[in-house]
Amino acid sequence: MLDRIGLKRGDEVHIADASLELHAGSMNVLLGPTLSGKTTLMRLMAGLDRPTSGRLVEDGRDVTGLGVKHRSVAMVYQQFVNYPTLSVYENIASPLRVQGLPKAEIESRVARAAKLMRLEPMLKRTPAQLSGGQQQRTALARALVKQAKLVLLDEPLANLDYKLREELREELPRIFAETGAILVYATTEPAEALLLRGSTATLREGRITQVGPSAALYREPGNLDAARVFSDPPLNELALTVSNGVAALADGSRLPGDGALGALPDGAATLGFRADAAAAAVAVGGDGRDPSHPAFPGTVAVTEISGSESFVHIATDAGLGTLVCLVEGVHAFEPGDRAEARLDLARAFAFGADGRRIAARPAAAPRREPVPA
Amino acid sequence: MDSRVWDNRAWLFVVPVMAFVLFSSLIPMMTVVNYSFQDSMGQNSFFWNGPGWFQNLLDPTTAVGARFQGALLRNFAFSFTVLAIEIPLGIAVALCIPKSGWRVGAVLVAIALPLLIPYNVVGTIWQLFSRTDIGLLGVALGRSGVPFNVTQNAGSAWAVIVLMDVWHWTSMVALLCYAGLKAIPDAYYQAARIDGANRWSVFRNIELPKLRKVLVIAMLLRFMGSFMIYTEPFTVTGGGPGEDTSFLSIDLVKMALGQVDLGNAAAYSLVYNLITLTVCWMFFTYTTHADSKDVA
Repeated sequence: MLDRIGLKRGDEVHIADASLELHAGSMNVLLGPTLSGKTTLMRLMAGLDRPTSGRLVEDGRDVTGLGVKHRSVAMVYQQFVNYPTLSVYENIASPLRVQGLPKAEIESRVARAAKLMRLEPMLKRTPAQLSGGQQQRTALARALVKQAKLVLLDEPLANLDYKLREELREELPRIFAETGAILVYATTEPAEALLLRGSTATLREGRITQVGPSAALYREPGNLDAARVFSDPPLNELALTVSNGVAALADGSRLPGDGALGALPDGAATLGFRADAAAAAVAVGGDGRDPSHPAFPGTVAVTEISGSESFVHIATDAGLGTLVCLVEGVHAFEPGDRAEARLDLARAFAFGADGRRIAARPAAAPRREPVPA
Repeated sequence: MDSRVWDNRAWLFVVPVMAFVLFSSLIPMMTVVNYSFQDSMGQNSFFWNGPGWFQNLLDPTTAVGARFQGALLRNFAFSFTVLAIEIPLGIAVALCIPKSGWRVGAVLVAIALPLLIPYNVVGTIWQLFSRTDIGLLGVALGRSGVPFNVTQNAGSAWAVIVLMDVWHWTSMVALLCYAGLKAIPDAYYQAARIDGANRWSVFRNIELPKLRKVLVIAMLLRFMGSFMIYTEPFTVTGGGPGEDTSFLSIDLVKMALGQVDLGNAAAYSLVYNLITLTVCWMFFTYTTHADSKDVA
């Protein structure tokens, strides 16, 4: 458990008031952009650094400032970190040798970890003779074999190719869950946080902005920071000025269908929506539009085609910035084409000037709620 | 279909370099080769001597052969002594250099100072330093009763020359190692800390393997430097006492310029050159071999 952990170096705040509760056997994702403090937070959890404020409690025992030597921690990094001259077997065995376990115990544990990580044929090789994926699996086996209470995975799959990443992402939570360890997994990718299930904490500039079950947090971000971190492609944002319940856009025009947002308090607000809440369409103009789907005409700037879907970036005529819209399938929107972004207001979030969600948006079409793992 | 146009005019660009190399190395080198197979009675008249000089040189029972063998063994002994001290010492110094902060610059400059001093000045400094009448080291040792005299005692002369080389060149090894150490990602140290590894195993299993390539380069440079050393020991001891610090280069200069024994000296320098090239080649194949294994 982390109780308002903080880390300052000089005047620089690295981590501010981070509180988290981590349970044995759970998967916890730290989601945030580079330099948001994921690694720093992990170092604090591991006991590699000492927090300048707050407490670190493990099983009811205060372990704040207790060095990593006296903790039960394993960590895997984005770089493939192994001892270069030792064989794969010796690499995996190294933490056990330090612990001074009997030989037979070491052998059986290494054999089991090697089997789980499918490293059995490579045990005699040195890391330099392995592929990147095998090197990382060696590092993972080293973490696994230790049977630590706390396993920290710092973007462990970021340097692997896509196929291997999918494979290991699938296996990792399962393999480590069997050890009953607290699993902490840092990533910059929203999709990875969702795929890993468990719970997610979004980070921004050394602060935890929101914590919750990953899927629920994705669906209902509580503040602008969390929504931004948990959106890929980036969250579309429209600045609003609300007076007497009427929402005006930056160009002064009224946001069509603003009633659908519910009662907005007066003042500045931000309307945030993900690409999947906006559809791109060839501009048709005219009337007869659904008021809950305001349209923003503009010019196509870029189209990113991923195969099953296309992201169309539309530069709005009204100077409201570029909006990213999701279109299913491959769509040949060429840069310079006229198009409009049709926003589904029911799936947009309104945030107040302080960044908090303000209006509860009207209930979306009923969906089956997946139970967070 | 091969659509490439063959135009050999590009070779013209290489001509100036070829000409320069020809005049600066090849032609002087060929005169040496010339001398090594001929003998002269003066008046610029030469006659063929075949491999005579080489046979002479490589036969330790002849006077020249004995001289060459002595100098060669001394030179190897010197190189190995110097490497055995400078490499471990350089690593140790590199490990002590701070990794960040304002002290880094100050320490690096201080360490690099000996490297900036010209060879003959280094020699002069140590020559004066070890004099028994006015030198700080010489006088101090003399007063404390240690038998020390560079001009009469071979042990003293060797000690001073080795010490001088260590003082002059350990910095280079240290700087190379420091660069190598800086290149090790922090994650390795963290991983070792989490594993609970002690300082020694961090050094043994992380730092030393990661420094391997740098160390091979440092060893090559220091071997070459010490194997071809001339100015510094010559300034301090002049090759003495007797022949005790006459390394190959010193002996060769004596033979060629002092005794004008051109035939022997030419053979001497060619064999010397060949030894240097061979060692260079051995290091080169070793490093490229290590590269192909790609030590991470």
